[in-house]
Amino acid sequence: MTITGRAVALRGEDVDTDRIMPARFLRAVSFDGLEAHVFEDDRRAEAAAGARHPFDDPARAGAAVLLVNRNFGCGSSREHAPQALARWGVRAIVGESFAEIFFSNATALGVPCVSVRPDAVRDLMALVERDAAAIVSVDLEGLTVRGGGIDAVCTMPAAARGAFLAGTWDATALLTADFDAVRAAAARLPYVSGFRPARA
Amino acid sequence: MGSTLLGKVWDLHTVRRLPTGQTQLLVGLHLVHEVTSPQAFDMLRLRGQAVALPDRTFATVDHIVPTDGQARPFADGMAEQMMAALERNCREFGVPLFGLESDDQGIVHVIGPELGLTQPGMTIACGDSHTSTHGAFGAVAFGIGTSQVRDVLASQCLAMDPLKVRRIMVSGALEPGVYAKDVILAIIRTLGVQGGVGFAYEYAGPVVDRMTMDERMTLCNMSIEGGARVGYVNPDGTTVAYLKGRRFAPAGDAFDRAAAWWRSIASDPDAAYDDEVLVDGGGLRPMVTWGTNPGQSAAVDERVPGPADVAEPERAAVADALAYMGLEAGRHIEGTRVDVAFIGSCTNGRLSDLQEAARVVRGRRVASHVRGLVVPGSKRVRDAAEREGLHEVFREAGLEWRQAGCSMCLAMNPDRLQGREVCASSSNRNFKGRQGSPTGRTLLMSPAMVAAAAVAGEVTDVRRLLRHTEGS
Ligand code: SF4
Repeated sequence: MTITGRAVALRGEDVDTDRIMPARFLRAVSFDGLEAHVFEDDRRAEAAAGARHPFDDPARAGAAVLLVNRNFGCGSSREHAPQALARWGVRAIVGESFAEIFFSNATALGVPCVSVRPDAVRDLMALVERDAAAIVSVDLEGLTVRGGGIDAVCTMPAAARGAFLAGTWDATALLTADFDAVRAAAARLPYVSGFRPARA
Repeated sequence: MGSTLLGKVWDLHTVRRLPTGQTQLLVGLHLVHEVTSPQAFDMLRLRGQAVALPDRTFATVDHIVPTDGQARPFADGMAEQMMAALERNCREFGVPLFGLESDDQGIVHVIGPELGLTQPGMTIACGDSHTSTHGAFGAVAFGIGTSQVRDVLASQCLAMDPLKVRRIMVSGALEPGVYAKDVILAIIRTLGVQGGVGFAYEYAGPVVDRMTMDERMTLCNMSIEGGARVGYVNPDGTTVAYLKGRRFAPAGDAFDRAAAWWRSIASDPDAAYDDEVLVDGGGLRPMVTWGTNPGQSAAVDERVPGPADVAEPERAAVADALAYMGLEAGRHIEGTRVDVAFIGSCTNGRLSDLQEAARVVRGRRVASHVRGLVVPGSKRVRDAAEREGLHEVFREAGLEWRQAGCSMCLAMNPDRLQGREVCASSSNRNFKGRQGSPTGRTLLMSPAMVAAAAVAGEVTDVRRLLRHTEGS
């Protein structure tokens, strides 16, 4: 599985999901239209300061690869954050590291998050900031991220990678395959069976 | 070699190894709220699936509920729509709901323990990152996203990667005026906001052993702010005593059998850990955050650090945080003016939190420029506080006494900061814009410290007020 396309760099450590998707946009019963509000408060703040947020740069519209720094997606478990990124067009995220719940949420949506060394993030960010048309490719099979002469090794937890390669990142089918086994496991738990006496 | 609680609970709940190498883990208790569930129920409907084990699933409403007027329909149309969606989903899928009309409504992480739903040895999942709170009981409890909520609804299971265990020993004894909130803020400051990624945190040592269940919940609640999806305390006599007589706890002989089982799943004395950390509990002081993540904190008598005080990779982040907060490096954090005081949330909205805050404000007045809100974590907390007259203490001090809910912790309801207001808050996140204003500023601290800040109109060392209270 390889994701190839233009990229957008989003600088900053510990970017939390409140920033990716401010809470007021969680006031909804569907995920539709969230992409319009991704990083909304940061975008407004940049605009007010006379600068331009990368997500407001027309040359970045529809970029498939998002480049980030350390501990991306920390904080709230809101899936609205990766949903908005995916709906905006992001199909893979490359960064130094990811918060755990964000990583699982993105995985469940079919958006792989791969880790590369800080210097590789720096080089990739410099590349795409210099050249908006630069093509970056994320290869899960070969565990590499390539672009503009950069060839970086990336890592991903084996199980999540296995799920992507097998096409089973949407775990529902696997988890619902054998409900008898689930029932049997539940029945073995003393708190499910009401702490009955051992010999009853 | 013995096992950790995490290892034992994990094994007990393993249904099978998935072909991907992940574990299919059974979820013993699934808690649901209105914000992260509507899309999951819709996906279920779309696929024609039922809720697999509706009797292991419970719902409540907390994030969007107004904390002043709660008459239906809500004044806020979107809140009403979300509330109605949860009611309809629970009815349609047979999930019990502790709704607004129920005496048991409240923040999901407050009511689970309160009702005795949360028990040792369980796996607990909820579409909310602070699910780690329930680890206080020796449960393995973690937050999930909406697609995973759908998976748990449909299968009662999750596909999980294994976790390592870091034991954090807190030695000594806490000084008066130093609380569980200060312990966890200090831990996060030391280990960092991503130090816990890949780990479950096991909290142990004399300070944790002596903590009440409320305090252990505060500790475990903020594990996620340190990057750890799971935090837990081994069940002991305190845990068992808390659960006795709770509505969903076993009764009679079954309770004794349960208690024996609960104790048996605690980590063995010779368990092996992937990492161990020691914290000197006796040396801790009240903590206050100065930055825009929960790891950026200082003791109340310390100075705000600057970019020069940290290593290179942190410098830009510190400069950015100080610019946002409008704080100056090198100044004491004490004396920082506050506009708003918020006492509540799943971190510190329990009865003992309100008692401590009331102890500080009793007989005092909130500074005239401060707007103060006290929001109990649940209706039961609210009722218990009123039976003790705490609402009168707060009102006489000039604080508003509200209905139960998440309120200004994340401001999905009308309780919000305005503009660049500075809020002394007993909640768990000081992210930019977290409390409802894109430029609002949050200082995290214990409820007693919030009460002290409300009275002084600025960040102040609660230990001074407490000494005065004690002496009078
Ligand atoms: S109180 Fe705050 S952190 Fe806790 S569940 Fe509610 S919104 Fe989330």
